[in-house]
Amino acid sequence: MLLELSSDQEIFRDTTARFLTSRVPISEVRSLRNHPAGFDPDYWREGAELGWTSLLVSEEHGGGSVSGGGLVDLTTIAHEFGVHAAPGPLVPTNVVAGTLSTFGGEAHRPVLESLLAGTSVAAWCFGPAVDTDGRGPAGPRCRIADGEVVLDGVQRPVEAAGQAHHILVTARAEGGLTQILVPTDTAGVSIEPMRTADLTRRFAAVTFDGVRLPVEALVGELGDADELLEYQLQLAVVIGNAEAVGALQTAFDMTLQWAFDRYSFGRPLASYQELKHRFADQKTWLEACHAVNDAAAAAVDDRSPDAKELVSAAKAFIGDYGSELVQDCVQIHGGIGVTFEHDLHLYLRRVTVNRALYGTPADHRQRISTVLENRKERA
Amino acid sequence: MTEDVESFRLRARAWIRANLRPLEPHEILAPTLALPVQTEEEEHAALARERELQRMIFDAGLAGIGFPREYGGQGLTTDHQRAFNAEIVGYEYPARLQAPSFSPCGAVLLDFGTEEQKRRHIPAILKGEEIWMQLLSEPSGGSDVAAALTSAVRDGDDWILNGSKVWTTGASTADWGLCLARTNWDVPKHRGLTVFILPIHQPGIEVHRIEMLNGSTEFCQEFLTDVRVPDSDRIGDVDGGWTVGTRWMFHERMLFNSPFVSIPVGTSPGEVGADSIVNVARDTGRFDDRCVRDLLGEAHMLELVGQTLRRRIGRGVAAGRISEQSAAITRLFAGVSSARKATIAFEIAGPAGAAWTADDGAAANCGDDFLMRQTSCIGGGTTEMARNVISERVLGMPRERTPDRDRPFRDVPRSASNRA
Repeated sequence: MLLELSSDQEIFRDTTARFLTSRVPISEVRSLRNHPAGFDPDYWREGAELGWTSLLVSEEHGGGSVSGGGLVDLTTIAHEFGVHAAPGPLVPTNVVAGTLSTFGGEAHRPVLESLLAGTSVAAWCFGPAVDTDGRGPAGPRCRIADGEVVLDGVQRPVEAAGQAHHILVTARAEGGLTQILVPTDTAGVSIEPMRTADLTRRFAAVTFDGVRLPVEALVGELGDADELLEYQLQLAVVIGNAEAVGALQTAFDMTLQWAFDRYSFGRPLASYQELKHRFADQKTWLEACHAVNDAAAAAVDDRSPDAKELVSAAKAFIGDYGSELVQDCVQIHGGIGVTFEHDLHLYLRRVTVNRALYGTPADHRQRISTVLENRKERA
Repeated sequence: MTEDVESFRLRARAWIRANLRPLEPHEILAPTLALPVQTEEEEHAALARERELQRMIFDAGLAGIGFPREYGGQGLTTDHQRAFNAEIVGYEYPARLQAPSFSPCGAVLLDFGTEEQKRRHIPAILKGEEIWMQLLSEPSGGSDVAAALTSAVRDGDDWILNGSKVWTTGASTADWGLCLARTNWDVPKHRGLTVFILPIHQPGIEVHRIEMLNGSTEFCQEFLTDVRVPDSDRIGDVDGGWTVGTRWMFHERMLFNSPFVSIPVGTSPGEVGADSIVNVARDTGRFDDRCVRDLLGEAHMLELVGQTLRRRIGRGVAAGRISEQSAAITRLFAGVSSARKATIAFEIAGPAGAAWTADDGAAANCGDDFLMRQTSCIGGGTTEMARNVISERVLGMPRERTPDRDRPFRDVPRSASNRA
């Protein structure tokens, strides 16, 4: 996270930190394992009142940011989510709210209002996995028939689909990728819960079987969703990364403290040069994770031309090095580090699941490579 | 009033475009780790051109961006330097004069020099008249810089220096050196050092080139025999050299985020850049190979992460949010990621890494670069030392046992054959 927050940002971040500490202390997080939704609706609504869902939404639609950079502000919230291993559909709801505010039509306004108020949440079908060879064949398809949108196919995993009132679906149409806002109670939509490595997040496989909707359900133009998807991917990656960095920071701090407190062979773990050097590597990776994601968030907010490569560099780096960092924290803890009783796994889960979502590190390295190639061709 | 960054940028851009030669593609994109081996004549000609360029930059009011105006600088900030670094990309510029002359040497003079020393040397450095070098490492010392054996003995108003220094870049073409010497053997090692400045070309100083395994001869070893240095050329207090030395090494670690040094954005001397790795892929016809694209993505990722990390640490230090010791974090990252990039280039080069001709384009030399890979983890302090600094000074973990710490340096064992 940013080394220097403005006082407004600091107050904003601090409000969420205090709320999470009291509402979802670690003991509570652990018990959410058996909660069907993974979070309580009242908790989410109160969070929305603190601004969790409004930062990517324009002022005219009832949103607004603290610093003028909505995504940067949102990363401070996401960071706290990571620090506290907090529950809630932060990524999908914000991605959908930001999209509806920027690209949605009048028909989508009531949905946006309910997301802002925290009275409903949204799911986001990310669509085809990040694919550098053009968009892959997987995912739902849609067509226009008798003046209606008809949707068929399966998408998985979809975060919070079982809790959402609406899903923003990416489907392949004749002319190209298309986005449709689908109410989850529409006939033909079925939602099958999946198992996940996370304790607090819920994922599902969503099947669309001849789902019919009025054309007003389209978000953006038919067959023209590439730009929307790129925007959404950048948002989702940066928010998810900020959560991961928060989780890494906590795992690292916890492990460093353990190294000071734990004695073996009559001396603290922290006195062994072998471990000290590993902590130095971890600290370096951690600072790099903070640095690259902060730069990516600012670049997306500024619509900077290097946003795409910075976002992918952040995802690839945090995915790989962050996973190594937190697994090394487990290693340094020894056996206690792989028990359910210890807190470390809560952070390990967050980092692990986020690594696999919205493109793996390898997928994002391919994306970076495409950016480089395009730059070469232009030069 | 201070010139704002944007108007400075525009001024720099206009002048650069009007006065400096755009580089040919091969000059920008060639891998930089295996420096072309030059004859002494070529080297002197190149250096003469660099001095000329520096003088032009000085006359245009663009030299020494972070140095105060009273010493010929521009009195501007790291952000101005960064703007200049962005504008100089793709143009001829005096690369070899930047480090170590401007920093760490010029920066150390600025921090610790007397008013007279600053007025005499800093403008001369900024004009390209004085090229400086660092007489810091010693043949026996390795990473233990404070264990310097080069001695300085007081003789009236002078000091007499004897000893040997090594790993000095470009000593054969430099004019002045900043030298760490031992002035007191009866106190623990950190408390008996003093820093001096001295002209290189004088009787008593012998400079030998060292040939590296790739044929490069830019490093030198110097032998100092009864070199006389007036006390007025001492930097900082007698026996207070370690205070100067730590600041010296801080400036060295902050090179890429320094207000004193012009380095085109995206280039790191002595490093295989991601751009050149793209060319290796292109020149070996392997750009469409999925594994190669993965490696290219990794190389560019490491570069982007390194840049953002340097900025974070630089700003954090400048704002006083984190300790100066955190510079070791950027040093560790740069060393390890640079070594990794050399491996990536070698991997993509395939058989051209084993044997090559000039027709192999960017793939030529990848084998040599791989042989030299570890230089990024050794030069300027090893990555092991950086790890010690991070764990002990940044994270506060217990220090390694140092038997020499509270012992007069005279009594400290210095080799297996010389145990006290």
